[in-house]
Amino acid sequence: MKTLLNLFITFAKVGVMTFGGGYAMLPILQREIVEKKKWATDEELMDYFAIGQCTPGIIAVNTATFIGQKTKGILGGIFATLGLVFPSLIIISLLAGVIEAFSHIVWVQHAFGGIRICVCVLILNAFLKLFKKSASDIVTFIIFLAVVILAFFTDISPVIFVVISAILGIVIKNIGGKKA
Amino acid sequence: MIFLQLFWEFFKTGLFAVGGGMATIPFLYDLSDKTGWFTHADLANMIAVSESTPGPIGVNMATYVGYITGMRELGVFGALLGAVTATIGLITPAVIIIMVVAAFLKSFRDNKYVNSAFYGLRPASTGLIAAAGLSVAAANFFPEAYTLAGFNWKGAILFVVLAVLTNIKKLSKVHPIVFIGLSALVGAVFSM
Repeated sequence: MKTLLNLFITFAKVGVMTFGGGYAMLPILQREIVEKKKWATDEELMDYFAIGQCTPGIIAVNTATFIGQKTKGILGGIFATLGLVFPSLIIISLLAGVIEAFSHIVWVQHAFGGIRICVCVLILNAFLKLFKKSASDIVTFIIFLAVVILAFFTDISPVIFVVISAILGIVIKNIGGKKA
Repeated sequence: MIFLQLFWEFFKTGLFAVGGGMATIPFLYDLSDKTGWFTHADLANMIAVSESTPGPIGVNMATYVGYITGMRELGVFGALLGAVTATIGLITPAVIIIMVVAAFLKSFRDNKYVNSAFYGLRPASTGLIAAAGLSVAAANFFPEAYTLAGFNWKGAILFVVLAVLTNIKKLSKVHPIVFIGLSALVGAVFSM
């Protein structure tokens, strides 16, 4: 029980200190999990991160589940993950309530008008980073382009694109050319 | 029962969003279109708040969507229930999958089918994010109708300035919260 509580609290701390998730979390995990608690080595942490990136779900959540599971089995995985999301639940719930209460004020609406433009830029920058890594050859570029056009102009669910593109990846890599 | 549906929708998002927080955005736009629980403008505000607060973006987004949806249904109690339901829904598939993968750690990473699936998945995920970005941009630049008169000039200027600023090497370490704060100020001052 003590270890479970410890996992919860440690990952709650990681959650509070993480802004943005993903790789922003790595130095914090190194300090808290590897150096302080010694629940994993640097190499294990890198492995978890790599797998976290290529399994579905939020990378931060995947990594927390991994380390919790390794330390204290299935319950450990659950406690570590719940700890990670706990600060988000509290902070966002408080903020959402405040924002909703003030949202009828005109200058607040204007401020959010400006913020939404900034969000466009943030998405653009996230896209630019991912694009270089994911559309690396002609096949992946075609998949990318087809998804952009279909997703923008039709109501097809994103789930369909994800499933079909995964199947396409397997078919092209294993049947088409053996050069990979 | 809206809370069961909320859980199921976020379970799907957690299962199919591959590659971090921003990958959840296309699913949330789809959810907004499908259910009308929240608007595209709500969603853009949620993205800004999620970027500016501690915690992984994907988790923050789920909590926020759950909170707003629950509140519109059942008030404060509904808001808290919605926030918890959506967040638990988002993390459930990841927890199950990782528990299974942890058992075959090494063979999973080196599996050629897993690797080739991701060869196709990654550009699709990037494409979904690009399409979501285009939808956000369209809604912001043409808030009323797709005409020249309805074009949001102030917004377009701010967009170009921010796009340039955030891509200057020296400023790349500056946290997004700074740009979000500046944009709020510019928006309030110039009535955007």
